Amino acid sequence: MNRLRATLSPYFLVLPGGLWLAIFFVIPAVFMLSLSLQTGDVVSGFSPTWSFSNYTNAIGLYHTQLLRSLAYGLAATILAIVLAYPMAYWIAFHGGTRKSTYLLLMLLPFFVSFVLRTTAWSFLLSDNGILLAPLKSWGLLPADFHVLATAPAVVLGLTYNWLPFMVLPIYLALDRVDHRIVEAGRDLYAGRTAIFTKIILPLSLPGVFAGVIMTFVPASSDFVNSQVLGGTANTMIGNVIQSQYFVASNYPIASVLSFTLMALLLIGIFAYARALGTKDIMEAAAR
Amino acid sequence: MNRAALHRGLTMSRRSLLLAGGVSLGLAACGVKGQQKPPPTQQEITSYWAGQSRHGKLNFANWPLYMDDKRTQLKQFTQATGTTVKYQEVIQDDPSWFGRIQPQLAAGQSIGYDLMVMTNGIELTKMQLLGYLVPLDHSRLPNFAQYAGPTYKKEIFDPGNLYTIPWTSGITGIGYNPKYVKKEITSIADLWDPAYAGKVGMFSATDELGYFGMYKLGINPASAGPADWKKSAATLKQQRDKGIVRAYYDQTYIKSLANGDIWITMAWSGDIFQQNVSEGTGLKFVIPKEGGSLWTDNMCIPLTAENPVDALQLMDFFYQPKIAAGLAEYINYVTPVPATQAVIRAQAAAATGDDQDSLTEIADSPLVYPSATDYARLHSFRPLTPTEDRTFQDIFQPIIQG
Repeated sequence: MNRLRATLSPYFLVLPGGLWLAIFFVIPAVFMLSLSLQTGDVVSGFSPTWSFSNYTNAIGLYHTQLLRSLAYGLAATILAIVLAYPMAYWIAFHGGTRKSTYLLLMLLPFFVSFVLRTTAWSFLLSDNGILLAPLKSWGLLPADFHVLATAPAVVLGLTYNWLPFMVLPIYLALDRVDHRIVEAGRDLYAGRTAIFTKIILPLSLPGVFAGVIMTFVPASSDFVNSQVLGGTANTMIGNVIQSQYFVASNYPIASVLSFTLMALLLIGIFAYARALGTKDIMEAAAR
Repeated sequence: MNRAALHRGLTMSRRSLLLAGGVSLGLAACGVKGQQKPPPTQQEITSYWAGQSRHGKLNFANWPLYMDDKRTQLKQFTQATGTTVKYQEVIQDDPSWFGRIQPQLAAGQSIGYDLMVMTNGIELTKMQLLGYLVPLDHSRLPNFAQYAGPTYKKEIFDPGNLYTIPWTSGITGIGYNPKYVKKEITSIADLWDPAYAGKVGMFSATDELGYFGMYKLGINPASAGPADWKKSAATLKQQRDKGIVRAYYDQTYIKSLANGDIWITMAWSGDIFQQNVSEGTGLKFVIPKEGGSLWTDNMCIPLTAENPVDALQLMDFFYQPKIAAGLAEYINYVTPVPATQAVIRAQAAAATGDDQDSLTEIADSPLVYPSATDYARLHSFRPLTPTEDRTFQDIFQPIIQG
């Protein structure tokens, strides 16, 4: 009896999470897969026709937006690492007793709605707004200079909106670094650079890995930033999916694009994990 | 026939309801049955309304800036009838509104509103074809019969006003900021002028955008087909690829025009007027010589409405010339009630100073009371069948999604 309980208890533990995933991820994913192979329209109905040509059509039409989304997501992720690593480093090693205050300060803007925060950026970056107007009137920028409706505006917006998802995991990894190892390094005459590159950086990589996944995936599929901050050449795949679904009521194409995006993201992440050495990273991240 | 029977008659079987609801949630494994329904018979309409009664309350979903902040006309309605109205400005654009209510309507659930305002266009056509709207009982719309302008009783998108009566009409033309645009704008070609590169706004709604491309090329949209649409798309694509268009806007264009992010843009007549009144910006609006679009925002009752009688009563109330005049003075779009012009003139004669000036301006405004020549230059969106709409969307969607 006891042995049976011991064998079964792990399954019971995994049951709530498993059910959650099955109901809210697996089932919709299966239906979406089926939808992606159907043809028709919202009034006369959709029927399963196994039309794999949906995929070639949609990718042919929207490969630019797909690739652009990955590029923007990647750019935002790299920018987020550049900004987040020093922040996390400083809080973890120099935050002292106020660590949690600093973390709270960093998170504070994120208590405001996502759309509102992004709209605030469009006010700040407006052509004659409070940032650009003075620079233009001092002659530091040409009169027709603008940030809004450009790729950098979208990438900056994405970076800003997902920064905490990069800071937090890196901070956690850095905070767990055993100071005795650092001391040991010093005892063995390692310089500051050597301590960072040989001890701290490798130990913090699992945090960076987690941060990259948590930033890259949502940033690549976002549609708010490109809508609010972007122009005609900055449409991301999220916008296409959204308008195919809601405007054109073309559910098959929207499903096709969602699946393609998912596949691309998975390939990207597995390639990245492989490059970093998946096993070590996953184990280290889980520790 | 009771309401449930009308439900069956007008919509679809329970099974296809569930399937339709499922698709919207991404939950349909097999095909979705066609939901198209023939128009209801007169008998079905009569018996639907016979089974309804007044409840003394209703919920009204409308667009922003379509009634003053004090909701004057609703207070007048409550005073006259005792019915209270909960008014919410929840509609920002037709596609997202349709996207929001469609799953609930497909599942036969209340959308929380008894009266709503939708523009003529593919979403409204879909609502009609899917049987999501209550056919109107015209015996309860005496004011509409008496006071609505003749144009508004023969709209091509809803013959005989079976499901809708107009809330207001409006004109899509060109708006510009004379602070930056020094010459007088008269032509659609000005939206393609490289001098304004990066400062031109276009609309993201595909019908609005596609029609402007057709006006530019001198194509009559009423008889245009896919070949013409493709020509229009080509010229719009060229405009985009040359970097002339800054972005494709929804309602947000008006803020961008006012703060100088864009200088010249496709615009809705009343927005420019209201923006100038509220913030003193001297923006200008023109109907281009090649043509402009005349659209109509229509009041209609969703099939799952809980208080349809109250909704119908309110719809008719808005057609009393005095009430309609109050709305026209605030909305500044084209009013469907021509008799309001005399009412506003009379009010102007009685008023003094600034009030008199602004009332006279409205009564004389060609944007509120377009002349016959203006009407001749304006085109309504031709209702498209769902198949045509697919083609139309496939041609114009890729432009917005550059």
